[in-house]
Amino acid sequence: MIDLKNLTISKTHNHLKKGDFSAVELAQSYLEAIKNTDSEIKDYLEIFTDVVKQAEEADKKISEKTGGLLTGIPLAVKDNILIKGRKSSAGSKMLADYVAPYDSTVVKKLKDAGVVFLGRTNMDEFAMGGSTENSAFGPTKNPHDLSRVPGGSSGGSAAAVAEGGALASLGSDTGGSIRQPASFCGVVGLKPTYGTVSRYGLIAMGSSLDQIGPIAKTVSDTEILFNAIKGRDAMDATTIESLDASRLTGSKLTIGIPKDFIYTDGIDESALKNFNESLERFKSAGYEIKNIELPNAKYSLAVYYTIMPAEVSSNMARFDGLRFGLHISGDKLTDDYFLTREAGLGKEVRRRILLGAFVLSSGYYDAYYNKAKFIKNLIKNDYVKAFKNVDIIATPTAPTPAFKIGEKSGNPLEMYLSDMFTTPANLVGIPAISLPSGFKIGETKLPLGIQLMSNFGREDILFKAGKDFLGEMTKI
Amino acid sequence: MIELKNIEKLAELSRIRVSDEEKEVFLKDIGSILGFVDQIKDVAGKADMTMTQSENGLKNIFREDAHPHISGQFTEDLLGCVPEKENGYVKVKKIL
Repeated sequence: MIDLKNLTISKTHNHLKKGDFSAVELAQSYLEAIKNTDSEIKDYLEIFTDVVKQAEEADKKISEKTGGLLTGIPLAVKDNILIKGRKSSAGSKMLADYVAPYDSTVVKKLKDAGVVFLGRTNMDEFAMGGSTENSAFGPTKNPHDLSRVPGGSSGGSAAAVAEGGALASLGSDTGGSIRQPASFCGVVGLKPTYGTVSRYGLIAMGSSLDQIGPIAKTVSDTEILFNAIKGRDAMDATTIESLDASRLTGSKLTIGIPKDFIYTDGIDESALKNFNESLERFKSAGYEIKNIELPNAKYSLAVYYTIMPAEVSSNMARFDGLRFGLHISGDKLTDDYFLTREAGLGKEVRRRILLGAFVLSSGYYDAYYNKAKFIKNLIKNDYVKAFKNVDIIATPTAPTPAFKIGEKSGNPLEMYLSDMFTTPANLVGIPAISLPSGFKIGETKLPLGIQLMSNFGREDILFKAGKDFLGEMTKI
Repeated sequence: MIELKNIEKLAELSRIRVSDEEKEVFLKDIGSILGFVDQIKDVAGKADMTMTQSENGLKNIFREDAHPHISGQFTEDLLGCVPEKENGYVKVKKIL
């Protein structure tokens, strides 16, 4: 039996190269591990039936020495990222039987690299939620405490990595959907700079905010996957050539702490205590800690819950039951729309469509949508200014550890507060990473996370700091 | 503040059917979300698109109007997703 627990991408690659085990044996070990845990955790919506066949292909590449670092590496993919010929439901009944007619760019890149796709992971419907409870196919449970949520919306992808059901995974992040579940499950999650990773083939939610990113056990694995999926893509006009970030010099990195933003009502004492302990760890690793001001950051959540639903309401208009997905026939064409959308779209999705339509309506457009866009720029200016003095801005990833299943599902606003620290990076467009930083010890050990943000295109700083924090060796 | 008739109108426009019971729930939920969002009204200033765009350094990007794919290359795959079709067309009900 292969010791899956301690495997990383680099270690696995070396084992495969040396022939300690084959990609097929590795894939079979993962399938076995998933079989043992998935019935409880429900992190996968589907385990692909051709996993072993994919691994055979990888073994062939390895034996012919045409493979690379990712050849034979078993990954899980969030259910809103298209893989040609496979179902992609975005956690919705609307797309329950939708079979993707093309590969997303990230999947194409990973296929070319020889990755083995294990299956598609559970998520909040159309990525709308922070707990995976909004999935039309039932909630995923937190591997650290089965009575609690894994976070969301990429809850299945984070839980799969945490429970050892995948070596790493892909998620998507619109307001924290990679980082918050990574924090709740005790793994690493990266939301890259807006425009760095192509969204071609990602089922859209909030197009000015969405990014695909990796979830993994280590920062090094996160970095390897990020490098594999990034890059300009003609099929996503928002992508930019990733700046070949100037290599870090030996100088000391500075971390800015927006105290006024962090010390608010609603933050759990354990999260705050753990955050301050984490800063001490950075200090002893030679980092300088500085207080900074981000006067408008406190409006991020309000701005996010204006701009995001506005974009949701237009993105969801494509689900008309005519061209793909669910179709329920009525007497007239408009009946088709109403019946299909009634049967296909869950409550949170419909709530956000209505909210978005409201903030975009002619009477309220200036008061809400336009105002939110204006403040979004003020927030951006705050961050741009701060990065003139610091390399990193740190906050807790989420204000609390994982909450109980059902605890917040009756109160959408309370659920939204879980995103208070993660939404600014999406509004501003900067990269942000969540690192496991310890536990809240109670009846169970609940993981906590620290979030680091850096300037546009400076993922390299996040990787360096992340490795220092977690004690990973930096490879030169 | 948002009222029941707004919810009904928005639902109609969004092609979403909501039951009477659900209308009340949505009114309460959306009302409380807007109550939270209302703090943005405290911020002085108004959106001036020209200013913000130049400040942002954002620009529109268009795909090059060239190199079309071979006609029909994706037709079969895309039609494969269509719930009702006829002779290579998406079939919809009469509009008028």
